[in-house]
Amino acid sequence: MKRAGVVARAIDPASLIAEVQSPQVGGISLFLGTVRDTNDGRTVTGLDYSAYTAMAESEMAEILSEAGERFGVDSIVVEHRVGALRLEDISIAIVAAHAHRQPAMACTRFVIDEIKKRVPIWKREHYVDGTTQWVDPTHESGASAL
Amino acid sequence: MSVVTVQLFASYADAFGAPQLEIPLEPGSTVADLVRRIQALPSGDLLPASPRVAVNRKFAAPDKLIGSNDEIALIPPVAGG
Repeated sequence: MKRAGVVARAIDPASLIAEVQSPQVGGISLFLGTVRDTNDGRTVTGLDYSAYTAMAESEMAEILSEAGERFGVDSIVVEHRVGALRLEDISIAIVAAHAHRQPAMACTRFVIDEIKKRVPIWKREHYVDGTTQWVDPTHESGASAL
Repeated sequence: MSVVTVQLFASYADAFGAPQLEIPLEPGSTVADLVRRIQALPSGDLLPASPRVAVNRKFAAPDKLIGSNDEIALIPPVAGG
């Protein structure tokens, strides 16, 4: 099974692992993205994530389909959280299961790398000085010029 | 002439102060024509030269024709994960 969702609640990695678990599975790879307290030399106090939800979910589903073909992995689940997140909160969880570890591990890496390139989700950082800024990975400093 | 609705998100919504724009377009217009129209608006100079555009929830090439019922969005640089 494959499932991709944008959610506005806390992500529970254990429930995602349960979705992919089966007697045929010998390795489960879990990737978690979490909120860090610094970026580009600035102290971050929290993040807001927003999404073009319909396209984000269809694009993530497409990525899971590509990953499934590429690595022969049938069981992959991804959830990306939107809304206000605090430090250490989980922003994304990707779980892939396979009979063997290597396809599962390659799969989670491929999925997070592709999500970062092409899924329409954005984050606005809140800094300790009270300012905020949209993050633009294509901009030299990583912060939006807008 | 028809009017298409263009969804805006994140930094682009902030730049235009709105979650969407209504853009008049000639029949047979392309994604590139639409981008030029938007760049000519006040605050349009804040957009990059070639912003990504999604048509019906897929990234679209500049020469893609736009239909009056298409779902269109201007996509700022993505930062998920």
